[in-house]
Amino acid sequence: MTSLLQRRETQLFLILLLMLVFIGIRAPVFFSAQSMDTLLTDLAILAMVASVQMLAIMTRGIDLSVAANIALTGMVTAMLSSEFPAMPVWQTVMTALGLGLMLGTVNAVLIANVGIPPIVVTLGTMSIYRGMVFVVSDGNWVNAHELAEQYLGFPIDRFLTLTNIVWISVVLLALLHLFLSRHRHGRELYGLGGNPEAAKYVGINEKQKLYIVYCLTGMVSGLCGYLWVARYAVAYTEVALGFELSTVAACVIGGVSMAGGIGTVLGTVLGSAFLVLIFNALPVINVSPFWQMAISGSVILIAVILNSINDRPQMKVILKKAQLATAKGAA
Amino acid sequence: MIATETMSWKEKGSSLFKSWESLLLILLLLICLANTWASPYFLDIYNLMDSTAIFSEKAVIALSMALIIISRDIDLSVASIIALTSTVIGYFATLGFDTFTLLWIGVFTGAICGGLNGFIVTKFAVPAIVVTIGTMSLYRGISWIVLGDRAYTDYPENFWVLGQGYLFDLIPYEFIAFLVLAVGFGLLLHKTTIGRNIYALGNNPRAALYSGINVNRYRFWLFVLNGTMAGLAGVFLTSRLGATRPNIAMGWELEIITIVVLGGVNILGGSGSIAGVVLAAFIIGMLTFGLGLLNVPGILMTIIIGLLLISAIAAPILIKKFKPAGGK
Repeated sequence: MTSLLQRRETQLFLILLLMLVFIGIRAPVFFSAQSMDTLLTDLAILAMVASVQMLAIMTRGIDLSVAANIALTGMVTAMLSSEFPAMPVWQTVMTALGLGLMLGTVNAVLIANVGIPPIVVTLGTMSIYRGMVFVVSDGNWVNAHELAEQYLGFPIDRFLTLTNIVWISVVLLALLHLFLSRHRHGRELYGLGGNPEAAKYVGINEKQKLYIVYCLTGMVSGLCGYLWVARYAVAYTEVALGFELSTVAACVIGGVSMAGGIGTVLGTVLGSAFLVLIFNALPVINVSPFWQMAISGSVILIAVILNSINDRPQMKVILKKAQLATAKGAA
Repeated sequence: MIATETMSWKEKGSSLFKSWESLLLILLLLICLANTWASPYFLDIYNLMDSTAIFSEKAVIALSMALIIISRDIDLSVASIIALTSTVIGYFATLGFDTFTLLWIGVFTGAICGGLNGFIVTKFAVPAIVVTIGTMSLYRGISWIVLGDRAYTDYPENFWVLGQGYLFDLIPYEFIAFLVLAVGFGLLLHKTTIGRNIYALGNNPRAALYSGINVNRYRFWLFVLNGTMAGLAGVFLTSRLGATRPNIAMGWELEIITIVVLGGVNILGGSGSIAGVVLAAFIIGMLTFGLGLLNVPGILMTIIIGLLLISAIAAPILIKKFKPAGGK
């Protein structure tokens, strides 16, 4: 067992605390209830999508179509809401989950059955789903006044002072954590990601696992599509553009290994918190939002370099350079 | 990715490899035929030559991206390198440098960006996809910091020639640059030891290392080369648009990778040809041009490109799968 201090989660947690202290000294206003509320709600959506992205990365894949899925599902639910204002929330949620699942299943079929590498499949479906947002909406926006009251209300209604988005996220992340740490299928995902060859010999059904990963990713992205559009009260073609990279970044910062087999829900949540904290703190400490992109890029680079220093393969090195080649081969 | 899956995928690819370029050629002819049938303006030599501007810049990067992907890496930062290059030459243009110097400054900037990618990938043994996702944000982020919501528009008087000039009033210089580079890359990959070694390290990096290829040196210089091409494309694009904004060339990395993969380069490394990549660049270019003539909105193009990407890879696998055994 690695000691507590060596764990990525602990390190990240301490860094987050330090950042909070620093921001608090520079701008106490950051700790106002309203600003914390925004931060938590931003975090809730990123953490949900990042933690399903983690499943894809953990099994040596990636899902680049999550953001396009969010945009398409968000647009479809928004258009349904403006067409049928009486539609109850549970139907909207079911539509979002169902449509998200459909989009995820397309990825799963192409990855598991046809056998195309996940990066190619989701690169393609990302373009297709994003284009379909334009097709279904004809390029039009759905604005707040066209959306039904309960559609907009449910995600930001409050229960015990926090928004429903936050509670949904807490429940979902807890379930995902239990699934990964306690359930057979969850454990087998680590096995598949860690050593696919060995996983096959112990009888892990690879196809079934890939279906679980990409269908789940699709479903959660679909749900977040509804939450996203309701939260910002507008749906248009470019919703969540580039968000897929934030989810990958959150995973990488949270210690998920691109080589597969390593990653925890807690780490990913902390990685998401790190990004959200930076993005929300910049305007408060008087840094132009134009710095946001470069900072997130630098953070990703620093995180991956630290990752690689932390998990150098622990094997006897015969040829010095072979070490690098091994790491490359694994990637 | 799983070793056995990788193998079978590769075998599926290579058995069709010889005919892949001919399939692409047929597809290209079909698209041109459809374009001719759909629009009377398509078969106009001036229109056709102008249309090469749609894809020349992307195609230039696709050439070096093909080498990167064949060697089992990937570079998602190319579009951001374009943005940074464009910003840097925009800055130097305001200082009064001439067109020729700006060209070299642009190419040099691209090379440095590529070098940083290559350095992190090889020095820290981090997968290229993560590194270049990071530098993708970093490079474009620097453009945002420098420019914000402003734009550089003060370029020297004759700067437009690079991106908008024509040889004999007919062939765009950009297109000529692409053709010359395509021949150069073709020779490099298919006729030299360097090219053979790139295939070798893409097929089996460890075996390549043991057979005396300095794997990391190759990977580093391929990233530098890719950055250089992105820098060159950045100069062309800036000259063609006459302005630099931080969101220049947004999303190009995916279109460029689509060209490479459609061109028959195995995304898992180890196989592919420059001829295929060139044909794929023409296919995407002619398709975009044809749909443009029909006033199809640009965003619909992304659906078609996405479908093309997936079906181009799925088709040979499915054909192989459903072909009766021993039907060779």
